Amino acid sequence: MRNPLADKVVEIKPSGIRKFFDIVSEMKDAISLGVGEPDFDTPWHIRDEGIYALEKGKTFYTSNSGLRELRQEICHYLKRKQGISYRWNDQVLITVGGSEAIDIGLRAMLNPGDQVLIPQPSYVSYEPCTILAGGVPVTIPLKGENEFRLTAKELEDAITDKTKVLILPFPNNPTGAIMEQKDLEAIAEVVIKHDIFVMSDEIYSELTYKEKHVSIASLPGMQERTVLINGFSKAYAMTGWRLGYACGPKEMIEQMTKIHQFAIMCAPTTSQYAAVEALKNGDADVEEMRTAYNQRRRFLMNAFREMGLECFEPYGAFYVFPCIKEFGMTSDEFATRFLEEEKVAAVPGTAFGDCGEGYLRISYAYSLEKLKVAVGRLERFVKKLRAEQGRQNP
Amino acid sequence: MREELLAVIEKNSRMDLKELAVILGVEEIDVVNELAALEAEGVICGYHTLINWEKTSIDKVTALIEVRVTPQRGQGFDSIAERIYKYPEVRSVYLISGGYDLMVILEGKSLREVSSFVSDKLSTLETVLSTATHFILKKYKDHGTVFSQKKEDEREMITP
Repeated sequence: MRNPLADKVVEIKPSGIRKFFDIVSEMKDAISLGVGEPDFDTPWHIRDEGIYALEKGKTFYTSNSGLRELRQEICHYLKRKQGISYRWNDQVLITVGGSEAIDIGLRAMLNPGDQVLIPQPSYVSYEPCTILAGGVPVTIPLKGENEFRLTAKELEDAITDKTKVLILPFPNNPTGAIMEQKDLEAIAEVVIKHDIFVMSDEIYSELTYKEKHVSIASLPGMQERTVLINGFSKAYAMTGWRLGYACGPKEMIEQMTKIHQFAIMCAPTTSQYAAVEALKNGDADVEEMRTAYNQRRRFLMNAFREMGLECFEPYGAFYVFPCIKEFGMTSDEFATRFLEEEKVAAVPGTAFGDCGEGYLRISYAYSLEKLKVAVGRLERFVKKLRAEQGRQNP
Repeated sequence: MREELLAVIEKNSRMDLKELAVILGVEEIDVVNELAALEAEGVICGYHTLINWEKTSIDKVTALIEVRVTPQRGQGFDSIAERIYKYPEVRSVYLISGGYDLMVILEGKSLREVSSFVSDKLSTLETVLSTATHFILKKYKDHGTVFSQKKEDEREMITP
């Protein structure tokens, strides 16, 4: 029998996280600092609305683009929060999570051989989705000394005549980095100059701890060349509901909707009804969660400072990205030893790109109590490693 | 900083000052001063602990008592409320809207003790017209805390 599988698919490297996941699952009482989803339950009033929708029998397909009311609320939301205006009827598509939006966005935009610029370290899906869509991923390794922000020079140097799309994932998973107005203006200038397009993954837009999040789509000349992707997973703790959206120029959304229509039909109906409630009445919950995340972020940064562990201060998402280069081992080695010797799981930075070597991703989607325990173990581990190297602790 | 501080210590009054300062992103001295101000202003009235007495061997019975009164000339309900709350077994006194005037929460060692209090001390007050006593049979949630089993973290251990 011949090989049933597509070469392209088989060649894609499995997620670097998978290996870790398997080791951690074997361990009995490991504390995991490796999750990428909120520890909060979806606020009750949103769950209630979802339950109510089921009770009322809202179990049919919605229109391919998604519930009209939801698309309208999303437009109100984006106008209110970021000052960007989209038309609900032909510039918004409701998708199965931000994940689907990324996937079909790339499929809609890439001709074979088109290059996609992917700043790393970043979320694991961009590279595989680019390959599956027939494009060529081109990595832009970001630097710790720039707080893992994308600079105009790095962008300029990476552009070729085959570049089609720049993926802009900020606030960022795994680094927690944000791009502020001035950073985005510099990028926009290069993007417009070279006539390339931007896929802006803003799933963590509600979780910023400095200024309010700014979307590149709000800058002059950018809305017409940007697909803005966002969703409900992180802001409203609705990861399992699988709901996101894409907003962009009519032509792009039209083609994305076409793929979506054939491959998915529509996003989950229950989730869409619940999401309307989230947008209408969920501001206070988001604020509460953001405040809690911020408190934990400060706690971790202070703890790192006290144990002398180098880490730039992240202002977005719920991750810290400390540097472990001082210990003279790879991220993989550090993370594995940390897991085996202290029973704490953190994800090696290399799971998010080769330039993540020397870093560790620690998630603070955990209660302060759990973080305290984990930090205590980290401190103990760090002290032990320094003693092994014959070095002093601060 | 005030609102955030109050929100944190309302749920956890045992957090030490240094930790409070860290998570609020301020200096420790600012936390000390703010707490002192809040106490002086009567915003913070106490640092109590929430206990589920049913899990101990100590007997406690709690009752909610609705009380109808004739308000005193020139003083309204205040002096009556004061008369009632002076008793240590009275945990709470509220002035409420609706069919009754005051809601009193009473704690005693037994049903009999609570009932005796109502009949001997409360109903006998000359301003009290009538009372309705409701015994608490089970506490599901108190002061914002659910008393049942702690929820396990059901998330996958590692996700990207």
